[in-house]
Amino acid sequence: MTAKPKIVVGLGTCGIAAGGREVYKAIEKALTDNSIDAELTQTGCIGACENEVLVDIVKPGQPRISYGKVTEEKIGEVITNHLLNDKIDREFALGKIGEGELPAEYDDLPNFFVDLPFYEKQVRLCLRNCGFINPEVIDEYVERDGYEALKKVITEMKPEEVVDVVKKSGLRGRGGGGFSTGLKWEFTMKAVGDKKYVVCNADEGDPGAFMDRSILEGDPHSVMEGMAIAGYAVGADEGYVYCRAEYPLAVKRLKLAIEQAKEKNLLGENIMGTDFSFDLKVKEGAGAFVCGEETALLMSIEGKRGMPRPRPPFPANEGLFAKPTCLNNVETFANVPVVILDGPDKFASIGTEGSKGTKVFALTGSINRTGLAEVPMGITLKEVVFDVAGGIIDDGKFKAVQAGGPSGGCIPEDLLHLPIDYDSLTGAGAMMGSGGLVVMGEDTCMVDIARYFLTFTQSESCGKCTPCREGTKRMLEILQRIVAGEGEPEDIEKLKTLGEAIKDTALCGLGQTAPNPVLTTLRYFQDEYEKHIFDKRCVAGICVDLMVYLIDAELCNGCGRCRKACPVGAVSGEKKELHTIDTETCIKCGVCVEKCKQEAISLQS
Amino acid sequence: MTKLNVTINGLPVEAEAGMTILEAAELAGIDIPTFCHDPQLVGAGACRICIVEVENARNLPASCVTPIWDGMVINTESDRAVQARKANLSLLLANHPLDCLTCEKSGACSLQDYCYKYGVSETDYVGEGKDYAVEDSNPFYERDMNKCILCGKCARVCHEINGAGAIDYAFRGFTSTISPAFGEPVENSPCVFCGMCTDICPVGALTPKLSKGKGRVWEINKVKTICPYCGTGCAIDLHVKGNEIVGASGNREGLANKGHVCVKGHYGWDFVHSPDRLTKPLIKKDGKFEEASWDEALSLVADKFKAAGAEGLAGLSSARCTNEDNYLFQKLLRMMGSNSVDHCARL
Repeated sequence: MTAKPKIVVGLGTCGIAAGGREVYKAIEKALTDNSIDAELTQTGCIGACENEVLVDIVKPGQPRISYGKVTEEKIGEVITNHLLNDKIDREFALGKIGEGELPAEYDDLPNFFVDLPFYEKQVRLCLRNCGFINPEVIDEYVERDGYEALKKVITEMKPEEVVDVVKKSGLRGRGGGGFSTGLKWEFTMKAVGDKKYVVCNADEGDPGAFMDRSILEGDPHSVMEGMAIAGYAVGADEGYVYCRAEYPLAVKRLKLAIEQAKEKNLLGENIMGTDFSFDLKVKEGAGAFVCGEETALLMSIEGKRGMPRPRPPFPANEGLFAKPTCLNNVETFANVPVVILDGPDKFASIGTEGSKGTKVFALTGSINRTGLAEVPMGITLKEVVFDVAGGIIDDGKFKAVQAGGPSGGCIPEDLLHLPIDYDSLTGAGAMMGSGGLVVMGEDTCMVDIARYFLTFTQSESCGKCTPCREGTKRMLEILQRIVAGEGEPEDIEKLKTLGEAIKDTALCGLGQTAPNPVLTTLRYFQDEYEKHIFDKRCVAGICVDLMVYLIDAELCNGCGRCRKACPVGAVSGEKKELHTIDTETCIKCGVCVEKCKQEAISLQS
Repeated sequence: MTKLNVTINGLPVEAEAGMTILEAAELAGIDIPTFCHDPQLVGAGACRICIVEVENARNLPASCVTPIWDGMVINTESDRAVQARKANLSLLLANHPLDCLTCEKSGACSLQDYCYKYGVSETDYVGEGKDYAVEDSNPFYERDMNKCILCGKCARVCHEINGAGAIDYAFRGFTSTISPAFGEPVENSPCVFCGMCTDICPVGALTPKLSKGKGRVWEINKVKTICPYCGTGCAIDLHVKGNEIVGASGNREGLANKGHVCVKGHYGWDFVHSPDRLTKPLIKKDGKFEEASWDEALSLVADKFKAAGAEGLAGLSSARCTNEDNYLFQKLLRMMGSNSVDHCARL
């Protein structure tokens, strides 16, 4: 227990974006102005991104109090009230964490991880330290059993035993593929090579996904420790973290963590005085989505253009610089110390028959609680969308959830009972993917969503194989025509045939899964495609080309603002008389809607 | 070598472990279409035209890069494989100029051949197409990236065989193309104009300039010869139409070069039909060259040798001769009493 009060500011990218740095400065000022002796520190994302900026205050002997949505202006008051007057500001207080006594009037304060609906169903293994430790201070990681798993492994276990433990735990790759981590390690361990590598895939690129970033920003050492354990198990003495350069904070904290770990002999030569040496480097990716594909990633580290190559040979046998390479994703590695310390049985007791442990999801879209949630495998999509994420905003109606990013698929309401595990999601035409969950309400057009994801995959296709390079382009062109009201009856069949051919013949995972958003929306929402094609209607009111601007005769007062603002002279009407829009002339710029004070103009399908 | 038993199109085939499906099929005399495969290059699995159906496999693997396993059951022409192959042909066709009537490659174009084989006469997919300017600023070959199907063989032969690494994939998605760095013309790249890329291109994207308009592939007779430029002894095929050489390419049966060539062997044959070429001996009389008979010329040389004597005689031979020719040349000079022998390659 700290002798003096401690103030912790959430300074992950989400916290910083919400104004965390300004809040931090305001706290510094408040402490100085009021001559308060307190320790001010930072932490990574605790997951409740919608509540950023988050500030936690710990007074000796009291539980940690978490404040959310604090502002630069108000934080000074919150701090002084809490530290000087023992008054907790209920406007900002989210809940209490940990043991300790509070004045009786605060007995009703919710227990942060137990009572808050966002956390109620979460099980935090990977994110165990995120939001608690200062990721830039190695001692805080060490204090929470950091590097104990590595110590146990290199001093008490043989490499084969480590592989067995990981196999027994049932841990599967969290990057999306879901291959058994233990088996992968075993293949690399058994591969013959004078030099072996461990590589961490931190090239998280799915739109809406930020699990890996949050882990690297909030708890870089857990990933590094997992990698070092893998290094010991497979016989590697060198590792690379391939992190996208668009994650500058993650890169910075990772580099700092590596430096600190080396100083403490937790990385480098003869770790903890043993014969085991393991060095770690960070390689920044230059922004190609395809470099998240493992063979392309390895090419990129080698300094070549990141393009997938056929497998076999698999990286376990011929990976980085043609040497046996153990390649896992950030979240997978972050799970490893837990598997070692808690033991494989405890880890395997969480989850389902085929999918063990937890999965971190980035919750985004039209939901009440966006953020990062770690839930046990086997939980249903419904629980995640409605219990954890709090359902659709403004009491809207749920329409679909896109699981697995551009490689995944849209899952409709009647499949929300599906348990979250690798096999169920694949069966529904989606995939676990890396963990992005984009929740969509009734106001989302499924054709437009398919078009969006395909625009992404087409522009990120590496260009090597024909079906991905040419096929996704033609699918995209068809979708663009449909949303523009130029769809033709045979388009649906064309999309299906082409989508299946691309899935069947593309070279890598990017291409093979690129048609998924189109195929799943066709599978579950074909009626929307038909409405676009046959009725030229977009029921969600998204596809502007299928809509017309109309003036409500009841509301229009004939002020003429719209007529004057219209750049193409599509609005006509006498002063103080009802105005009308000539839909043929209208270019749908929407300026009339902005100008109308009566809210009389709207898009109608 | 371990033998593995596979079944291809119902036919039992015994093949060696480590072979790809394509190699095993070749062994059985079964032809699988390929664009990006070449036995001299590292497998790329890029074009996806060689996909086949394998029993119990999730998708259709590319036969050029998929190793066989014992008991593998393969169908190279199943409905599913053929449909997918046709889809990929159709996709390539949708982004390829259909100017076969004037294309230099017509008749030797793999895209044309496979479209013929699978009856793909028009594409199902109409949309945006490539729009590149044809690059012809270098003296040796034209690059028309509108015709490129991005099989990548040109880039791989440049990297893996020549070692120049002048061209590679550039950009992403639909805008992907093969290009020298920064989109510069090839003459500003490390290209040494060996032209092996033009030999290996399965379509009409890379055309030797000197051969343009000189004849259709079916009018041309390939005549194997040894390149006269240096002592390496590369086997090349001279492309002959009538009695005229209209092109050249590496011959893969050549023991010294296995089909590899350099700029000289590939493009340096136009001197053969040059009007400036000497076909008769010339003797300078009163400051002017005059045609002479061989007897006349050789007698003159012999007289001059005699007049010069061994001390006044020196010989300079050429790198275009073989080692054996050079050996005989020095022997001749020494027999004539002179030790003054040299060779241009020493300069």
